[in-house]
Amino acid sequence: MARILLTLLLVTVGSALFTVDANHRARRLFVELEREQARMRQLEVEWGQLQLEQSTWANHARVEKIAREKLQMKPPAPGQVLSLEGRPAS
Amino acid sequence: MRFSSSPVLSQAVPAWRSRFVLLMLLLGFATLAGRTIYLQGFRNDFLRGKGEARYERVLEISSTRGRILDRHGDVLAVSTPVKSIWAIPEDARLQPADVRQLARLLEMDVRELDRRLASDKDFVYIKRQISPEVAEQVEALKLPGIHEQQEYRRYYPSGDVTSHVLGFTGVEDAGQEGVELAFNSLLVGKPGSRRVIRDRRGNIVEDVESIRAPLDGKDVTLALDSKIQYLAYSNLRQAIEQNRARAGGIVVLDVRTGEVLALANLPTYNPNNREHLTGGQLRNRAFTDTFEPGSTLKPFTAALALEKGHYRYDTVIQTAPGRMSIGPAVIHDAHLHGALTVAQVIQKSSNVGAAKIALSMPPELMWDMFDSLGFGTPLKLGFPGEVGGRLRPWKKWQPIEQATMAYGHGISVTLIQLARAYLAFARDGDLVPLSLLRLDTPPISGKPVFSAQTAKEVRSMLEMVVEPGGTAPKARVPGYRTAGKTGTAHKLEGGAYVNKYVASFVGLAPASDPRLVVAVMIDEPTGGSYYGGDVAAPVFSRVMAGALRTLGIPFDAPQKPAGTPEIPAAPEEM
Repeated sequence: MARILLTLLLVTVGSALFTVDANHRARRLFVELEREQARMRQLEVEWGQLQLEQSTWANHARVEKIAREKLQMKPPAPGQVLSLEGRPAS
Repeated sequence: MRFSSSPVLSQAVPAWRSRFVLLMLLLGFATLAGRTIYLQGFRNDFLRGKGEARYERVLEISSTRGRILDRHGDVLAVSTPVKSIWAIPEDARLQPADVRQLARLLEMDVRELDRRLASDKDFVYIKRQISPEVAEQVEALKLPGIHEQQEYRRYYPSGDVTSHVLGFTGVEDAGQEGVELAFNSLLVGKPGSRRVIRDRRGNIVEDVESIRAPLDGKDVTLALDSKIQYLAYSNLRQAIEQNRARAGGIVVLDVRTGEVLALANLPTYNPNNREHLTGGQLRNRAFTDTFEPGSTLKPFTAALALEKGHYRYDTVIQTAPGRMSIGPAVIHDAHLHGALTVAQVIQKSSNVGAAKIALSMPPELMWDMFDSLGFGTPLKLGFPGEVGGRLRPWKKWQPIEQATMAYGHGISVTLIQLARAYLAFARDGDLVPLSLLRLDTPPISGKPVFSAQTAKEVRSMLEMVVEPGGTAPKARVPGYRTAGKTGTAHKLEGGAYVNKYVASFVGLAPASDPRLVVAVMIDEPTGGSYYGGDVAAPVFSRVMAGALRTLGIPFDAPQKPAGTPEIPAAPEEM
């Protein structure tokens, strides 16, 4: 009888310690998850800003200005365009 | 003295007194026990709430408004977080050096900052919507009484090019104009909240429950092609400056799907900086302003005559002497033409010819056609202030009205309605609903208005308009067969026609298999010519040429021979 009780006591104490440890680890993992989620939001914000920046650089008015003034480009005159027969672009 | 020999002990005290004390003590304990059971067992929510308040927090989770994209996924509107700096003036007792530093960071005037901090309110905004980087620097100063809050700001990278289509949002991120308003329910996000447990250092250690999951707004993909939009906008702007016009509008439609590829109005505004806005800049004219379209309606009269009347392509109509009286009114032609075929009536834009054709048909038929083309009823695309134009019921028509309507007076339309009506010619006679959003599956067929044969015949009449001898040789697009119609309408002011004009051109290309409809309207050109063929047609030509090239649509007409084009040698190593 006493031996059973002792065994049960040990099992109970062990389980209790394990619970404490598991809880602690769960919390640490949760904190980490929170941190990663915050990072995700941060990256999303950054993505939005980069998209904004990209479309500012790719602004058609700016592209046209550079093409015309800096690169001396101009639309092809009629007759300069050659259309090639091939599979239709889709 | 020993305790046992104390005289107090030897006093005879009645036994009930000790029992009484015992009873009182027991009663006291019982009360406490009862209260404990009551608090713990029956009314425990108050204390539990107090306890939870020590470690639980409800966090707001912000949600972002959806983006607006063009058909290729380029960003047209995006929300990014910004910070606003606010202060409690009573707490903000700052050293002059601190104030100077803060003012420098926020790029503000020191006196202005002092004035705000001296306010007797409990809460003042110091500067709204600054970049997160600046906000971090401000936070690093750790000034007392200075706080910041997160907000979202909407940016429109294409600025004034797309302003009328996109509209803008107001405070609280709610759409106020354009697509931002029309699709607000899709774009808007719902902020969520959740309950968490925080530890001593403020870290969140446990998620208790999600009260409301945040719902980010959905992205909206428009039918707009930002390249074509830019072409349309910049060419319209150039034409308006050259012709010193009051205003103008342009619409580009995809013939196969009914998608709106471009839509621009002038005057316009920069949606990123709306400080000095006037009503005129805000007007989305293509949707909200009606005008008498003038001769751009003649092809419809001709189409109806081909379809229902006893007219053929080459039926001859006598337009001499270039005037025609109906009751007290007289209709004039701008030039004397003599006998014209139906096709030539369109090519030369003869008012008398169009009126004669119209008067040979019952008014009911004409009304039915205008109605099925969508005139007189708003398109209902969800834009604020959309109007339907004026189309009086046919029973009230006077003969003169029927005659003038044949060439586009006495009826008013919006530019987008006019552009859409031309889809019927471009699409073998049927009419599809317009779409501001990109369609993944094009509508198979629309509501038939004309037969395919009629549409084809009208298209070839419209092709004559841009040929030498027509009213708009300037509308030609090199390399493509082009078709269209000019309009030059007197404006109505206070019920009378005045010598101010609306010049317009609506056309389609390539005529062999139409892909695009472009409608241009220029209000009150005062730079010399006011004819649609001189003012609006060149805009049409440039926009159409650029748009067809952008879309990679094959040529259907021989280009002007410019020597034998040399085929570039293919690179040898690949």
